[in-house]
Amino acid sequence: MSLDKATVARIAHLARIRVPEPDQEALVGELNGLLGWVEQLGEVDTKGVQPMASVVGAVLPLRADAVTDGARAEAVLANGPETMAGFFVVPKVVE
Amino acid sequence: MSAAGLIGLTLAEARDGLAKGDFTAVELTDAYIAATERARVLNCYITETPDRARDMAKASDARAAGERRPLEGIPLGIKDLFCTKDVLTTAASHILDGFKPPYESTVTSNLWRDGAVMLGKLNLDEFAMGSANITSYYGNVVNPWSPGEPGKWTRTLVPGGSSGGSASAVAFGAALGATGTDTGGSIRQPASFTGVAGIKPTYGRCSRFGIVAFASSLDQAGPMARTVKDCAILLRSMAGHDPKDSTSVDVPVPDYEAALAGSVKGLRVGIPREYRVDGMPAEIDAIWERGKAWLRDAGATVVDVSLPHTKYALPAYYIVAPAEASSNLARYDGVRFGLRVDPGGSLIDMYEATRGEGFGREVRRRILIGTYVLSAGYYDAYYLQAQKVRTRIAQDFTAAFEACDVLLTPTAPSAAFGIGEKMDDPIAMYLNDVFTVPANLAGLPGLSVPAGLDEGGLPLGLQIVGRPFDEETVLRAGAVIEAAAGRFRPAFFGLG
Repeated sequence: MSLDKATVARIAHLARIRVPEPDQEALVGELNGLLGWVEQLGEVDTKGVQPMASVVGAVLPLRADAVTDGARAEAVLANGPETMAGFFVVPKVVE
Repeated sequence: MSAAGLIGLTLAEARDGLAKGDFTAVELTDAYIAATERARVLNCYITETPDRARDMAKASDARAAGERRPLEGIPLGIKDLFCTKDVLTTAASHILDGFKPPYESTVTSNLWRDGAVMLGKLNLDEFAMGSANITSYYGNVVNPWSPGEPGKWTRTLVPGGSSGGSASAVAFGAALGATGTDTGGSIRQPASFTGVAGIKPTYGRCSRFGIVAFASSLDQAGPMARTVKDCAILLRSMAGHDPKDSTSVDVPVPDYEAALAGSVKGLRVGIPREYRVDGMPAEIDAIWERGKAWLRDAGATVVDVSLPHTKYALPAYYIVAPAEASSNLARYDGVRFGLRVDPGGSLIDMYEATRGEGFGREVRRRILIGTYVLSAGYYDAYYLQAQKVRTRIAQDFTAAFEACDVLLTPTAPSAAFGIGEKMDDPIAMYLNDVFTVPANLAGLPGLSVPAGLDEGGLPLGLQIVGRPFDEETVLRAGAVIEAAAGRFRPAFFGLG
């Protein structure tokens, strides 16, 4: 599998990262180098092998379905680049 | 005792000296504040918090003798990946500009609960992605072992990464101990490069709550300090079950310091044959041989073992870690915290501009790889296959631990290298972690202990890997190597 510049532009958009045109060219080489290198994983016989889900075999604990935290709007908003009246402000999304 | 003398003490010695009243916590903290100032040329701290340190030290001195806590008055540096309430937390990234968390990470809460003093926040690779501490938005960290005059080094060496600030600060004496995190070797490799001890505990031993997430199935916090005993003392305070992290495991935390008193007589030390890699310097091989001999002299038996899938660990890691990172780092969008770059268009334009400017090149590369391997049509070929290989790697360890109790390996395939070297080829840089990554993939505890100096006078570490939750045996075996090898200190140290 080999990436081209259009694919780099597409995944950059999927990742919501603006990548300037000249950087896209360099990334084609870098990402293809990495993907070529990890290709060797295909050599490993994994027939019947379960993909790892937990490294120490831990079972996720259950807890009571109860509210344990909340009512901290001020703290939640404190680091927002732009806030107003208890909300985060973002560029308009609905015309 | 002089301020320079105080910096020379180990954490255990400082703790005992404070308890006996030989000096006060304020005296010790003031000495360390002076040392952090002298260390500025190393760029190991992103944020120094001397006022907070003095306040915490005063509170320690005010405690009655009967109320002393396990780390009373001990000055520590905190990797800037741990959220600290109301103190700038950057992950060494531009994208977290100005972020002051409204909460405290569980690991640092545990340290303050036990009386430790915070000197400041330590530099690292951006989002802990790197093996040389050259990807920080706040600049490179310098290894105090660099030859030449401080600031006019003849060769400026990296401290390793990603916990490069932690390693550099501990090796120099700008902290008595430090927190690190280890996703693929980020505690152990810098410990090896700077001549300090560092342990990545078993996955689940320390809570990840409040640690900026990189790859959640691999990340684990641990201590870095000047001796194995100091690491044992710190780990006991850092570890423990935390309901805020569903992967933190509810098992008792042993007294690791007490465990060091035990013997290694009869211990079976495994030597994995696949760890003998091409092009490894003869000196590393020689130190490995010495490590075997030291453990044998202490009564252990050395056995050969095989971990057949070792060569696939790094490529599997470079699928799993970027995939998890691409998901974890989706939260940095310019809306809720940190940097916002608004070119005046749509919301998506704002996201793309913020993330385009806020992430450095290495972080961007890993997010893009992660996005690609998780994207439609590629998930099975890359991510699923990598997770199956990971199962194979874990099975290798389980089989090896039937024949041995711990594994002994080199920590890294080289000593510290110069800033600017290995920059062109990402894979050459990734090879730094060839011996450390397998323990992360399998969730096992791993310790790096200083074992000697190479011909150029640079420290080299040996790694002990153990069974899940058997940090006690790992530390005990590490202490044997430390006792035989002696301790190492750079010429540029403390208050001179």
